[in-house]
Order: sequence, then C-alpha cells, then structure tokens
Amino acid sequence: MRFLLGYGSCGIASGAKNVLRGLESTFENTDFTVEKVGCNGLCFAEPIVEVICDNGESILYGRLDEKSAIALGESAKNGALMSENRLTDDELKFLNGQKRIVLSSCGKIDPESIDSYIENGGYSALRRALELGSEGIIEEIKKSGLRGRGGAGFPTYIKWQSAKNSAGDEKYIVCNADEGDPGAFMDRAVLEGDPHRVLEGMMISGIAVGAQMGLIYVRAEYPLAVKRLNLAIEEMRKKGILGENIFGSGFSFDFRIMMGAGAFVCGEETALLASLGGNRGMPVTKPPFPAQKGFRGKPTNINNVETFANISWIIENGGEKFAEMGTEGSKGTKVFALAGRVKRGGLVEVPMGLTINDIVFGICGGIKDDAQIKAVQMGGPSGGCIPKNLLDTPIDYENIAKTGAIMGSGGMIVMDEKTCMVDMAKFFMDFTSKESCGKCVPCRIGTTRMLEILQRVVKGEGQESDIETLVELGEAIKTGALCGLGNSAPNPVLTTIKYFREEYEAHINEKKCPAKKCQALISYNIVADKCKGCSLCSKKCPVNAISGVIKSPYKIDNELCVRCGQCIENCKFGAIEILSGEGEE
Amino acid sequence: MSVEKSLIDEILKKYENPEESLIAVLQDVQAIDGYISRESVEYITEISGIPSARIMGVASFYAGFRLKPVGKYRIMVCMGTACHVNGAERVGDTVKRVLGIEEGDVTEDGLFSWEEVACLGCCSISPAMMINDTAYGKLTPDMVTDIISSIREEELK
Repeated sequence: MRFLLGYGSCGIASGAKNVLRGLESTFENTDFTVEKVGCNGLCFAEPIVEVICDNGESILYGRLDEKSAIALGESAKNGALMSENRLTDDELKFLNGQKRIVLSSCGKIDPESIDSYIENGGYSALRRALELGSEGIIEEIKKSGLRGRGGAGFPTYIKWQSAKNSAGDEKYIVCNADEGDPGAFMDRAVLEGDPHRVLEGMMISGIAVGAQMGLIYVRAEYPLAVKRLNLAIEEMRKKGILGENIFGSGFSFDFRIMMGAGAFVCGEETALLASLGGNRGMPVTKPPFPAQKGFRGKPTNINNVETFANISWIIENGGEKFAEMGTEGSKGTKVFALAGRVKRGGLVEVPMGLTINDIVFGICGGIKDDAQIKAVQMGGPSGGCIPKNLLDTPIDYENIAKTGAIMGSGGMIVMDEKTCMVDMAKFFMDFTSKESCGKCVPCRIGTTRMLEILQRVVKGEGQESDIETLVELGEAIKTGALCGLGNSAPNPVLTTIKYFREEYEAHINEKKCPAKKCQALISYNIVADKCKGCSLCSKKCPVNAISGVIKSPYKIDNELCVRCGQCIENCKFGAIEILSGEGEE
Repeated sequence: MSVEKSLIDEILKKYENPEESLIAVLQDVQAIDGYISRESVEYITEISGIPSARIMGVASFYAGFRLKPVGKYRIMVCMGTACHVNGAERVGDTVKRVLGIEEGDVTEDGLFSWEEVACLGCCSISPAMMINDTAYGKLTPDMVTDIISSIREEELK
C-alpha cells in the first residue's frame, strides 16, 4: 500500500506538515512510508492523501489534519481503510473529464527524485529527440499544432524554427517561469510537482534550436519551485543527463536558474531578457525578435513553463496524436487554474474546445454557497470578464479573444453576484498602473488616468462623461502602448463596460453599488425584528461601532463602522444587512 | 549602520559577471539584513565599479527589493485576484489594525513589518498571506489576529 501526500506549497499552507507528522508517527516500526508528491490539482480538498492499494485501487482522502491522519494510518495498519474523510463521488467528478498531459505526473511522482521521474518514462523523449534531430523535432512540433501557453498563443514551431535559422553557434533557451498573472498557479504546480518535465522540454528545444544553455527565469515568490528545480538539475548532472556529450550523442547542455525580483512586466519576453541581463525589466520594440537577438544579443528561444511541459509528450506520442485533441486552431490540452467564488477550485487540464460552463459547473461543481454566477475573468490583468450569457463559449484562442478577454496563461476567476464589476476593473487597473514599467507614455500615464477615474467612480464621485472617457483612453492605450502589457491593460475595464455598463451607471448616476461591495457606497444596518440582542456582534466589532442593551436590538454607528463584515459573519440570526442606494438615512 | 563588507565581498566573488548578475547580487545582499542599504550600494560600486545610479535603478524598479528595513517577521498580504474576490482587503485591514503600523513600516520592537504583494500563487486557499516563508490560507480577521498573537507569544517566551 502506498501513501502519497500532496506536498506542494498550497498543500503545506493547508497543513500537510501536520498530516505528515500524524502519518509518520503511526507508521513507526511498520513497512508503510509516506511519499511526498506535488499538487494533484484538487486544491479545494487539501491537505490530500492518495492511498494506492495493492490491487491498484486509488482512494483519495481530503481535508485531513493530524488527528484524522493518525486515524487513517491506524486504519491502514488494521487492514481496513477508514471511510471518513474520503472524497465523495460528487467531488471526484473534478477529475472526470480531465485529460492530463502537462499535469499527468503531478501528485503521482516524487518531484525530488529523478528516479521517480525516469521510472514513469522520463527522459525517454530526450533520447527519442536525439534520434530525431533538429529537423525531425521541429516537424513533430509543427504537426502537433502546439501554441504558446503563456498567453499570446504564437505557434511554437515557428519560434523554434527562426531561432534555429538565426546564424551563430551561441544560442539560448529561456523558460519563462515568471508567472505573474494573479490568479494563475499552474506553472507553480508543474515546477513544484514535476520539474523534470519542464527541464526535459527545454533540452529538447535546445537540440532543435542548437542551443547549449537553458535559463530558467522563475519568480522569487516560488521558493519551493526554485528548490526543486535546483535539486532536479543536480540529480541530472549526477546521472549524466546534463553536461557534455549527453547519452554519447555529442549534444551538450546545461541549466542556470535566475530568480525574478517581482515585476509583472518581465513576463513580456523582451523585458524578461533585459532582466536576465541584470537590467530594469523594460521592453523594447520588436523586431529584432529574441529568436534573432536575445540573451547576450544571441539567438534565444523563449517559451512558457506549460509549453515546455507539453514537449516530451509530443515527442513520445507524435505530433499527430496531440493534434487529435482540441479545436481547429487550438490543439491539445490547456491547464486552467480555477479560483474565486467557485465551489471546487484547483487545477483543471482539459482538451481545448470545452466550454467555460463545462469547466465551472461540470468539473468544478458550480458556485460557492450555490450563489448565482455573474462572470468569469480570464487572462488576468490583460484579459477580461466574460459574462454569464457567454459562458458557453468553446475555449480556444480565437473564441476567447472574440469576447474581449484573452486565453492568457489560463487563470479563471469565478465571480458571483457579490462581486462588483467596477471594483474589479479598478483592481486590475490599480495592478497594471503599478506594474507599468514607465517607458512609454500611453501606458504610464494612460493607466494612471484610468485608475483615477475608477477610484472616483467607486467612491460615488463619478461624472456623467466618465464612461466615455474610459473607453476613449482605453482604446488609445491599446493602440499606442509599446508592449503587450500596455496593449492589453485596458481590457478588464473595456470588457466590464461592454457587458456590465449598467453597474457603472448605477455607481455614477445613483451613487449605488448593486453588488454592495464598494465601501463608500454601502452602509450596515441591524434589522430590529431579527436581532435578539445577544451582543456578539458588538463584542466582535474591532472599532466599537455597535452598541446596545442585552436582549434588545443593537445599533450600528455607520460613522465609526469600517465595513469589515465581522459582525455579519458572527451573527447567528442573519440580522445584519448591507444597504446601498435606497434605504439609507 | 555598518555594512558587513566581507559578506558583500564574498557575494561579488560568486558571480563571474556581477553586472549581468546584478539582480542575483542584490538578492544575496538583501538576504543579509532583509533590505538593501545605501551603504551596501556604495560598497558594491566601490568594489565592482558598477555605478550606484545603475544599482539604484535596478533596486528601485523591482518590487522584490526593499530599500527600508523589515521586521523579523515579514508579513506579505496577497492582493491577487482570487484573494481580492475572497476578501483580501479585510486581511490587510486586520494586519494593519493589529500591528498598528502603516504598510511598509516596522513595529517598534522590530518584530513585524507588513506589505501588500502581488499574487502569491496560493489562489486555491485565498485569501492568503505569507509570513517569511510560510503561507497561510483561507484567512478570516480572527485567524489573522490569532496568527500574529501566537508569534508574539512565542517571541516573548
């Protein structure tokens, strides 16, 4: 019997260390051991243990703590696995309908052991690639139809081909692991859960392009990913899979890891290259493309983590097999990171062409507290909000772009009726205006002006012309900005105006926030009929804004109230309501 | 304050080309006392010849570099999208209230500092925060208060 414990940074944050302690203490002096694996994507139920029985049957246990882990360990010792804490059939629907390539080994293998990767078929694609040679590899990638998974969706083989065609012996492969899009965490999961898959993909790209060095630009916010990558590289070297003359083929390759320093714009490839060279991460105009003039001025091929993670599968199974999945223009699978107001958040890898509804309702079980879905945000600060009535859009690069959002790196933030779309637009504009590198005027000043207008609107100080000004500014930034960050920065505002214009109008004309979210436009009120006078809210209030006499209705002083919501959460009688617009004093 | 010159010497020796590896150099220097002081910048210039203006340009560009001291416990409140939707503002407000300091400042005892950061990638357990290298998720104001007071109690022991 095997015990696989999800030990990614999300699992650890949810208490996997306690589970480990619990299991290990019960397993002392037995043959049972606990294997630490990466995140299997079932983030909603963490900490998770997968028990694989001797007959191959897999049983998933979720939401464990030290106590239940001890109980699980004891039940295993007694030969009858406990029934508590098992994931329900309904919850397991999360895995049905997924097709896992990139995530196939996440949560299955020990990411800190190269043997574990090799036992599961690792590095056989590298051997195959060495046989195929440069032309053969690029041909397979071309047949596969793989497009860049970092956001823009550029055909991967064209990038590889042009880096290969560029003159010179010194070339580089760069992995963009600067996953800065808030709401996306698939790259972290892959780097933490299956680092060798990414490294193998980079090496195959190295053979295709003719590069001898791979650079990984990874976020400093992902310390566990950095640690596991370093370990993986060390183990490869010991096994002779790295260095000079790999497998006696004459091909030599090495890796270097560089930690990012926290700049969203470094996801843009020319900015990333500047940062790799020790400079401020500011983009430059293209051409020349990195494939012609990249790191140290040499031809460089840059791809995202997920793109590289697809390569070994394609080489192993053939490009045609990959192209069987997906839609006409978008082949293969895509990993999505589901978060926000969704019932079962986590990582979902599905063939392209499924609809957003299939993912949110079919796989992830719908909305938290069975609330009404309002929109799904795709593509982060460069993307847009897709409204409820468009959620049957099949997911591929072109269809998503038609809605005004973008595929992006695959973050999907689900929003319910309590999410204010103007506030969301302000949130993203706040983000991009801070992350703008400042080089070009449309982006630096344009995003700041847009943010100022949005800040006014959520405060109830909006003016009638504000919506038109936002649209005008947005269009100007889209055309005028230098790089992808600026070109896409207005998308969250423009899509929310397109689909949720009435919310903007309510903020501006009626000084009302329909989602009851914007602090300046709401007030708290205790409904006298429902209040039993238990005084709990008054005790919980951090600013002493609630007063009253026991057993008679309490009152909130809205001048003092900071709208933190603690009273609402603690009230057992549902007596506290939020008002916006009408009904206010 | 005085700079640990020997430590900076060692860091600069580690890199073949400190100018190309400037970001890594600054990350290592920051690891010494949690921030990059004016004195250390000047010392890097003295030894490596990289102009101070260029070093400051890089250090001030990236959010990951701090030019002010931080607390022994550095609280990073995630301001990512998922956290925002699930109530990150309340987490930040609570940290601010419990510590009694503004974002970017350090408590008088030097124990805590706090800052808002971009996405920590823990979206599935949002709202989240990180204290040094440990992530905490599914936070409520009560939990935030408890986490901070338990660290404080631990330190007083």
